[in-house]
Amino acid sequence: MTPPETAGQHAGPATAGPHPETVGQHPAAGGPHPGMPTYLGMPSFPVAARTAVADSQLRRNLAHATHTIRAKRAGAVGELADWQELRAAAKAIKDHTLANLDTYLIRLEENVTRAGGHVHWAQDAAEANAIVAGLVRAAGADRVVKVKSMATQETGLNEALAADGIGALETDLAELIVQLGHDLPSHILVPAIHRNRAEIREIFRREMPDAPDDLTDEPRMLAAAARSHLRQAFLSAKVGVSGANFAIAETGSLVVVESEGNGRMCVTLPQTLISVVGIEKILPTWRDLEVFLALLPRSSTAERMNPYTSVWTGVTPGDGPSDFHLVLLDNGRTTALADQVGRQALRCIRCSACLNVCPVYERVGGHAYGSPYPGPIGAIISPQLRGVTSEVDASLPYASTLCGACYDVCPVAINIPEALVYLRGKVVDAKRDKHLSPERAVFGVSGRVLRSPRLLAAAQRAGYLGGRLVGRSGRIRRLPPPLSAWTETRDAPAPPRESFRAWWARTRGTGR
Amino acid sequence: MRIGLFVTCLTDTLFPDTGKAVVTVLERLGHRVEFPAGQACCGQMHFNTGYRREATPMARGFVAAFGGFEAVVTPSASCAAMVREYYPALAAEAADESLARAVAQVAPRTYELSEFLADVLGVTDVGAYFPHRVTYHPSCHSLRMLRVGDAPARLLRAVRGLDLVDLPDAESCCGFGGTFAVKNPDVSAAICADKVAAIRQTGAEVVCAADNSCLMHIGGSLTRQRSGVATMHLAEILARTEDAP
Amino acid sequence: MSAGRGDERPAMGTAREQILARIRAAVGTPGADVDAAYAALPREYLRAHHDRDIADLFAERAADYRAVVERVPESGLVYAIARVLTDRAAEVAAAATPDGQPVPDAPFVMPDAPFVVPDAPFVVPDAPFVVPAGLPAEWLAELPASIALASDTPPLSAAELDQMAGVVTGCAVAIAETGTIILDHGPGQGRRALTLVPDFHLVIVRSDQVAADLADAFARLDPGRPHTLISGPSATSDIELIRVEGVHGPRNLHVLLVAPSR
Repeated sequence: MTPPETAGQHAGPATAGPHPETVGQHPAAGGPHPGMPTYLGMPSFPVAARTAVADSQLRRNLAHATHTIRAKRAGAVGELADWQELRAAAKAIKDHTLANLDTYLIRLEENVTRAGGHVHWAQDAAEANAIVAGLVRAAGADRVVKVKSMATQETGLNEALAADGIGALETDLAELIVQLGHDLPSHILVPAIHRNRAEIREIFRREMPDAPDDLTDEPRMLAAAARSHLRQAFLSAKVGVSGANFAIAETGSLVVVESEGNGRMCVTLPQTLISVVGIEKILPTWRDLEVFLALLPRSSTAERMNPYTSVWTGVTPGDGPSDFHLVLLDNGRTTALADQVGRQALRCIRCSACLNVCPVYERVGGHAYGSPYPGPIGAIISPQLRGVTSEVDASLPYASTLCGACYDVCPVAINIPEALVYLRGKVVDAKRDKHLSPERAVFGVSGRVLRSPRLLAAAQRAGYLGGRLVGRSGRIRRLPPPLSAWTETRDAPAPPRESFRAWWARTRGTGR
Repeated sequence: MRIGLFVTCLTDTLFPDTGKAVVTVLERLGHRVEFPAGQACCGQMHFNTGYRREATPMARGFVAAFGGFEAVVTPSASCAAMVREYYPALAAEAADESLARAVAQVAPRTYELSEFLADVLGVTDVGAYFPHRVTYHPSCHSLRMLRVGDAPARLLRAVRGLDLVDLPDAESCCGFGGTFAVKNPDVSAAICADKVAAIRQTGAEVVCAADNSCLMHIGGSLTRQRSGVATMHLAEILARTEDAP
Repeated sequence: MSAGRGDERPAMGTAREQILARIRAAVGTPGADVDAAYAALPREYLRAHHDRDIADLFAERAADYRAVVERVPESGLVYAIARVLTDRAAEVAAAATPDGQPVPDAPFVMPDAPFVVPDAPFVVPDAPFVVPAGLPAEWLAELPASIALASDTPPLSAAELDQMAGVVTGCAVAIAETGTIILDHGPGQGRRALTLVPDFHLVIVRSDQVAADLADAFARLDPGRPHTLISGPSATSDIELIRVEGVHGPRNLHVLLVAPSR
C-alpha cells in the first residue's frame, strides 16, 4: 500500500507563510471522503521526523507549548507532598484492576444496566463503529455532537459514520480546529498545538459559515466564534457521543474530565448518549477517584482541578439523556494485556505529561508518530494495539533516546523506557526469520566481536589502521554508510593509537 | 578495597585516557585496581536496539570477569545501569539460573565512578586541581536510572581552581540515545543543537559528563562548529593535580 | 485503526464472551479473592493536605479560578443573594437589545477581563433567573419584585434556558484543596442543564459543606446520583496554550460562602 501524500503533515522546508493544506486521502482507502486524513500507510518515524524537524513554525509552537506546560506541571505537582505515594497507589490500583479485568468489567456491566443503561461490547474498531452507527440510526438522528474521545479517534468513528451518512460534529475547540482544517490531531491534550492563531483564524473563516467577517486572530475572539458556532448544535442535538476518563465498576458511573464545557453539553442535553470506552479505563470503586482526580488535572493541564468534571450513572429520570449506551472497546487491548511487560501501558490515563517532557516529541510533534497516540505513550501503545508489522509501528519503539523523563512524570509510573526497549526486542524478533537485513548483519558480527575480549582487541588493532579517515583536525569529518548519518552533523573521534587494554597490558604486564 | 575496573568497550576503544584517569584517581585514594582482561562489552548497545539474545553472552562474560571483586567501578552510568537494571531481566529471559545467581552477586556491587567515590567511599575531595571554567552535563542514565544526584557536582566543586558554572536546562537529554543517533539522525541533531547552545551560553572552556557516549556526541557537534569548547570525562578532570596537570 | 485481525470471527461466542475469554487467557484466573486483594492495595497518600481553616482555603482557591467568591455571615445571606441577582439583572438589561431580538452584525459584548470570551448581545432585558425546586424559599425573601424568577417545573427547553439571566443553586459538597464545588443535582440544585446553559450561576455554599480534600468529599457523595464538579468557569488553552475563559458553560460563577452563625 503506497502512503498518501503528506497525510496530516507539514511538508517541505521551513517557510514563513501558512502551510500547505493537508490532503491525506489515500486513493484506495475506499469511500468518497475528500480531505479525511487516515493513519493507514503512514511513513516510518525517521522519515516523518525529518520533515517535522525542518518546520520552523511547528518547532516554535511545540517548544513554547511544552516548556510552558512543563513548568506549570512541576508547580502543580510540587504542591502535594505525597505525590509519590499517590503515584504508587494509582499504579497498584491499575495493576490490580488489569489483573482482574474480567471481574471488574462484569461488575461495571451489571451496575450500568441496573441504573438503566445498556452495555455493548466491541472486539475491534469495525464492531465499535457499527454499534454506534446502529444506535444513532435507531435514535432517528443523522448527526451527533461529540466530545473529545481518543477511543473514537482510534476507531476512526467519524469516518465510519460519514460513510453511513451520519455527520459527527467535534465540539472540543482543538478537535473542531482539526476537523475543520481536514487535519489530524498532534497532541493528546491540545490536539491543535501545531496551529497558531493566524492559521486557526484562516480555518474558521474558510470553514465556518457563521464566523464574523471581521474575525480577528485574538484567541478569545476565536473561542467566541467557536462558542457561537457550536451553541445551536448543542441545544438541538439528539445524540451525543463521548468517551470517558474513568468507568467505576462498583457503581456503574462514568467520569468525563474537561475544561471547556462542551463535554457537559454533550453528555447532558441530548436524549441519547453513547460513550465509547476502552476496557482499560475501568477503576474498581468510587473511592479510587480520590487518587485519580488528584493525579490527572495536575499532570495534564497543570491545575489543581480542571474546570468541569461530569459523573453520571446510567440514566437519571428527568435529568439528562433518557437513553444511555456504553460501548466497551477491546481493539487490541487484550493483546497488550497478555504481554507481561507491555501491559503496563494500559495503566495510562491519557494525561499527556509524557509528551510535554519528551525531547523527541518537542522537536517533531504528534503527526510524525502516525498514530492517534503520539509521544512516548504512543510509541508503546500503538505497536501493541496495532502490532509491529507496519513500517511506522516497527519504527515507533525506536523513536526515543531512552532519556527516561517520561517515566519520571508519568502519574501511574509506566516504565516507558523499559517498555520501549522490550518492544524493540519484539520488532527485531519479528524480522528474524526474514531476509538478513544489513542492520542484522552488522549486529550479528559486532555481537560476536563485543562478547570476545580477543576479537575486540583484534578489531581495535585493525581499526587503528583505518586512521586515514582522520583529517588534519584530528577528527573524522566523514564516515562511510551506515555511519554516515553520524557525520552529517557531528565529527567522529579519531581512534587513539593504543586501546586501554593494550596500554594496560603493555604497562602493567598482565593480560594479553 | 580491591576494585575491578570495567572500562567499557567505548572507552577502551576510543577514549583510553578516561580509563587511565579512573585508575589514577582510585590508586591515589589508596585502592588496588585490577583490569580483568576477560572483560569486553556489557551488551547495552545490542540490548537497547532490540537484539536482546545477542546481549546474553556479553552478560555472561561480564559476570565471569568480575565475580569476586569487592566493587566493580565503571566510568559509564549507562553501562552501570545496564548491569544493575537490566541484567536480571536478561538472565530471566535466557532462563539461565547460574547467570541469574551471578548477576545477583555482581550487579549490586557495580558502580558508576561518581556514585562510587561520593556515596560508597564517602569522598568528595580527591586531591584534584583543574583551574578552568567547567560546566557539567548530567547524563540521563546517571540522573534518572542510577539517580546519582549531586555526586558529580560535589566532586567537581571540591576540585581546586575549578570554576563550575551551571548548565541551563541541564537535565535535558543530549540527544545521543545510542543507535538513536544514527537511526533518527535529524531529531538527534536537533536535540544536540539545543544542548550545545546551552553549553556555549555558559562561557565554559570544558563540558564534563560521566558518560563518554554523551561527550562523543556533544563533542562531535562542538568541534564541527569550531566552538573552541572541549569535552572531558569527569574522571579525567579528577585525575588532574598540580603535579600532573 | 483496525486491530489487524483476520476476517474470521470464531463461530461460537458473542463479542462479550470473546473479550472476556481473551482477558482470562491473558491474565489467568486470579488466585486470591479479588476484594481481599483490592483491600490490601497500598494507600500511603494523605487524606487531606491542609488542616487549617478549610473554609478560608476553599474561598482562596475558588477565587484563584476567577470565580467571584464572597464570604457572608448567615444573617447576611438573603441580602447578599438579593444584591448579587439585582446587579446581574442590571448587567443583563444594559447589554440587551430592547426587544430581545438578535441584531445582525452586532458587535460582540466585551467583558472587562481580556481573557474572557465575549458573546453576542441578544439576551432578553427582563430575563428571569431559574430557581430549582427545593431551593430554600427564605433565600429569596429579600429579592425586589422587579427580579423575575422562573421555575423548572415543567422543565424549561434548552432554548428557554439559553435566554435566562442566570441560575441560583445550593450545592452538595465543596473541596477546599482544589476550590471545587460539587453539585449532586438534588433538591435546590436542579437538573444538570440548569447550571450549564444559563450564562450566570450563583451558588450558595455553607461552610459545613466544605470538605478538606477529595477523599472526604467523595465519601460524602451518593454515587447513584449524577454529579458535576465545578472549579471555576470553563476555559480552554487550545490556541497557542493561551488560557481563555468562558467557552461553553456559564462565564460568570458567583459563590457565596456562608459562615456559620455564632
